[in-house]
Formats: sequence, C-alpha cells, structure tokens
Amino acid sequence: MTDATRKSTVLILGGRSEIGLAIGRVFAAEGHNLILAARDPESLEPERADIALRHDIEVKLTQFDVLDTESMHGFVEALDPAPEIVVSVIGLMGEQAENERDPIAATQVMRSNYEGPALILGLFAERMVAAKKGTIVGVSSVAGDRGRASNYVYGSAKAGFTAFLSGLRNRCARLGVQVVTVKPGFVATRMTEGMDLPAALTAAPEEVGQAVLRAVERGRDVVYVRPVWGLVMRIITAIPERFFKRTDL
Amino acid sequence: MAALRAAVGLGGVIARGNGRAYGDSAMGAAATIDMRRLNRMLAFDPATGQLVAEAGVILGDVITAFLPRGWFPYVTPGTKFVSLGGAIAADVHGKNHHVDGSFGAFVDWIDVVGADGEVTRASRSSNSELFGWTIGGMGLTGVILRAAIRLRPVESAWIRQETIPAPHLAAAMEAFEAADAATYSVAWIDCLASGGSLGRSLIMFGEHAETGEVPSAFRKHPFATPKRRAKTVPVNLPGAALNTWTVKAFNALYWRKGLSSPRKSLVDWDRYFYPLDAILGWNRIYGRRGFLQFQCALPPKSSEAGLRALLGATAAAGQGSFLAVLKRFGIQESRFSFPMEGYTLALDFPATAKTLALLDRLDAIAVDHGARFYLAKDARLAATTLHRSDPRADILRDMRREAGLDQAFASAQSERLLL
Repeated sequence: MTDATRKSTVLILGGRSEIGLAIGRVFAAEGHNLILAARDPESLEPERADIALRHDIEVKLTQFDVLDTESMHGFVEALDPAPEIVVSVIGLMGEQAENERDPIAATQVMRSNYEGPALILGLFAERMVAAKKGTIVGVSSVAGDRGRASNYVYGSAKAGFTAFLSGLRNRCARLGVQVVTVKPGFVATRMTEGMDLPAALTAAPEEVGQAVLRAVERGRDVVYVRPVWGLVMRIITAIPERFFKRTDL
Repeated sequence: MAALRAAVGLGGVIARGNGRAYGDSAMGAAATIDMRRLNRMLAFDPATGQLVAEAGVILGDVITAFLPRGWFPYVTPGTKFVSLGGAIAADVHGKNHHVDGSFGAFVDWIDVVGADGEVTRASRSSNSELFGWTIGGMGLTGVILRAAIRLRPVESAWIRQETIPAPHLAAAMEAFEAADAATYSVAWIDCLASGGSLGRSLIMFGEHAETGEVPSAFRKHPFATPKRRAKTVPVNLPGAALNTWTVKAFNALYWRKGLSSPRKSLVDWDRYFYPLDAILGWNRIYGRRGFLQFQCALPPKSSEAGLRALLGATAAAGQGSFLAVLKRFGIQESRFSFPMEGYTLALDFPATAKTLALLDRLDAIAVDHGARFYLAKDARLAATTLHRSDPRADILRDMRREAGLDQAFASAQSERLLL
C-alpha cells in the first residue's frame, strides 16, 4: 500500500470481535471498503451501517465458519470484490483446565487458533501469489512465543499459527505478497473485563487497529502492538528451560 | 438490550449521555444508565437528510461524518460533545432558535424504553403524548434508545459572521429584533457594566457561507476544517484566579477587542459554534469547586425589565460572570421544553456561598418576571421556585405518577425538584 490514495477492500475474518471491528474501523477511516466475515453476520448489521455511514464507504457482511474446512474454497471464490488485504483475528482462548481434561474442548481451541486461520489465510495467499499482490495479516499472540502452564493449549496453537505465518512470509517475500504477524499482548475487551491486567501492557482495541494499519503501510513483518511486549517476550524466551519450568508466569 | 431492560427494572434510574449537563440532571436517584456505548449510526437518507442513530451517538461525530458530505445538524448547543439522547431529553437550543426552534423540532421519531422495559416508537403522529413529553422531558419518561433526526444541507464548513457592538441593553435588544431573519444570533454581555452601560454587549450574527464565499485557500475543499489543536486547562486554577477584578479586566478587554475587530469575518463551524470545546477542561478555570450557571427564559412583555433587574442584581453583587450570554428565542409550544418566546440569559459563576446567595436573588427576580428555568443547567433550584415559575412542572409530576413512570425513572434533580 505504497500509494496512499489507492483504496482497497479489507476482509476481516472474525468481524464480530472487538479487535476485528476496531481494525476494520481504522481501515475504514482511511477510506478502505470492508467485508466483515462472521459465523452469524446478520446480527452485525448495526455495526455494518455505523461504519459505512461514519466513513462513507462500503461495508459488506458475509458468513464464515473457520472450522468448516470444506467450505473454504467456495468462500474464497465467492468473495466479490476479491479483498486486497485479508486480516484474521479469529481465536478462541478456552479454559486451560478444561482443555487439559477434555480433548474435544482442546481440539476446538487448537483448530480455532491454528488449523482454521492457517488454512484460510493459506488459500488467500494462493490467490495473491497468482496475482503477485496482496496483504495477509494474522493476529497471533504473545502466548505463542513460549508455552506456559497457565495457557499452553491455546499458546501452542498460536505458536503453530505464528510459525505458519513465518513460513508463508518466507515463501511470499519475493512474490509481491506481504505477510504480517501481529502479537497484541493484553487487550482490554469484554473477554478480559474484570481481569487484573497491568495497564502498561494492556492495549485498547483501537491501538491494535492502529498497529495493524501502520504495519501494513510500512511493510513490517512481525509487530507487537505495544513495543514493550517485544522486550518482555525476549526476556521470557531467553530464560533457560531448567529455570523456566519452575516459574509461575 | 437485555442489560438495559434489567437496568430499567431496578427503578429510580436515569439515562446519562456524555455528561454535559451542568447539574444533577443525569445522575440517577438510585442508579445511572451509561448510554455512551449505544452509539451506532443506523441509516441516512440523502433525499430527506434524515439520520437514524442510537442515543449515545455524539453530535460532533455526526458533524465529522456528514459535514464532508454537505450536512450539518439543524440545531446545535454550545458544545459538540452532547449525545443525541441528551440533546433530545433537554430539548437543547442553538443560536438559531428564533428562526428554527429547538433540537426537538428536527426529531422525526424516537424509540423509548418505558417502565415495563418495552420499546415504543413515538412521533408527532403516533404515541404523540410520549413523543411530546419525552422531548424536553429530562429523561423522566423513559430511556431514549434511538432517534431519527434531520440534518440541514449546507454548502460549506464556514460561517459568515457579523459582530455588532451594542452600548447598552435596549440597543442590544433592538439589534436582535432588527435582525430577526438572521439564521444565527447571540450576544455576549459584559455583565459587570452598570448604569447607562448596563447590558453592554457584542452581538454576533451568522449565516452558513455559500461555496463562493469560502476563503480562497479552502475553495477547493469547502467542507474541510482548518486544523486547530485542542488546548487543555491542565490544572484547577486557584479559586482566587477569577474575581471581580480579573473578570472586569477580561470583559473590558473583550469589549474593546470587539469594537476594534472587523465587523464581518468568515469563521469555520468549529470556532463559530464551539469556542469552548477548543479548550478541553475549560471548566477548570473555576477551580476545584467548579461553577454554577443561571439560565432562564423571559417572555417578550417582561424581557427588558427582567433582564435589567437580573443584570442589575449581578452587577450590584460585584459577582463577575465570565460568560454571560443573551439570546432571542422564537415561539415554541411544548410539554416541558425550556425555550419559549422572548429572551434567554445565561450567567456563569464560580461556585461559592456568595454565588448561591446571589442565585437565590436572581431566582426571585426571574419568577417575578414570568421566567422559566433551564434544567439542563440547574444544580440547585428549589422545588417551590420551579413549581411557582412553571405550571407544567405539576402536570409532568401528575402525568408521571399516573403512568407509573415516577418509580422507574428519577434523577437526583427530579427528586430535588419534586417532578
């Protein structure tokens, strides 16, 4: 997106989430059109109308279920117009304790955070490589940087997603397709309401939106929404395993 | 929606928008419903200029979204930070009341959550009683959820302003009457001037500028607004910062500046309508104790005598009012809205014991001259004064009791004023 006046269509996978909507609003404010994809898109009509009215752009809704692998080809083919920028914010935290006991719950978390987002972004990458242009943004997580006792089912799936994006970027780097990995850190959303999160490490959804826009405009590869998270994770990943395994982070 | 229903079920609640009322209008008797997240714009019809939006939408966001497309609110109060729900509940007025009426005149319909938690759509043709009582009803008839308001087509983001100095009150009123056709008019009064200069004021008239009148630098983009940086008042000023002498000095300077400035100028919408919004936290100049505002509307017959008496009492008390505004009101019939034909005077004072005593005197003068009080600005009026000044207060109270609204919806203000 070197030409700032060129307006693209941005597809948000996970368009219902606060982070997804915040990213959409930031791109809408720049004059880009949006497609919001969600499992139950009709209920997003007020958001659709609001974003379209505030920014005088087109916003479309479309049905998408990240766990429905069969439908993915059809979903990608049916999108009109084809999006120049595809952002996936899909994820599912789950309950770590439940994920430890219940393989069905754990499978849901693994598929929602890794398998589904990786497969759909991979399909979009195929099209973009053929067109020699396009941008893929995967919202992964700092939890994927190192497995921890408190959320390793979720974290391992995010680690898989991060590795997938890294490989995809490597493959696409010389083919005109940009791949961005975004690691938000803590975000103040309804999901984290009531949690005792450190203010300096917690971003508002709008900050995630701004970070994604900046990363896309500047052609960045991997971004932490709050730069301090880069430092925090460098320290956490540097701790030798024999000490790390005894910590309670 | 379920959460809103549950909140209404608590009883003694009031909806709160963006918190721009000056007193306790939007503080619930038992609980307060924060409407700020119900803030989506839902539909716009460019054929009629009708915008449908949720009540928590901020007026400034409407301007940001629609001015670039050639639309502006028909009526705007002195701050763009009000919510649509708040603007309807207080039936706010602007500098164009004498020609266009109040905010409510441009509301096509509202959706109101009643005491039973059900949503009723009300307009001039259906559920007209609910519509009439809710516009200007200070949230006491239910929670305004959505509204359809109409916007005005404009050709630019600019206002053609003309400033006319008036050496005394009679001259100011004459100027208002003579320019009755002007779209916008408002007067700043030097309320420390007394004797023959009582009511000395600068009257500012305004018209939406046409495309051809836009400053040449903006001719290509007539809806663009020049950037201005928001200033902030970072700390509360000490209480002594505003006293008779500083206010007197400010007023004298402002008056002289008004005399020497060019009478005609082009001003962008933001500077014209919202000069105070440019200074975030402007209220802090009054110090930690804050400020109180007195605002009443006087009928045409007793306007001059009433204004004379109010300004005389203010000047005699030596109480500097930093911001004193006079405005002509046009005809308005309403269930409980503030505006009525005549003049409205607004005076800001630092909140002190001396001010409270002065406000009681001003109340008495106002009642003697048939005045009405603006509840969106009120924080301390006595129930007896309100009910004596406005027979509609009794009717509202009885209506609320009969309709079972008095248990469901109540603010600190409605309890204080026995509404």
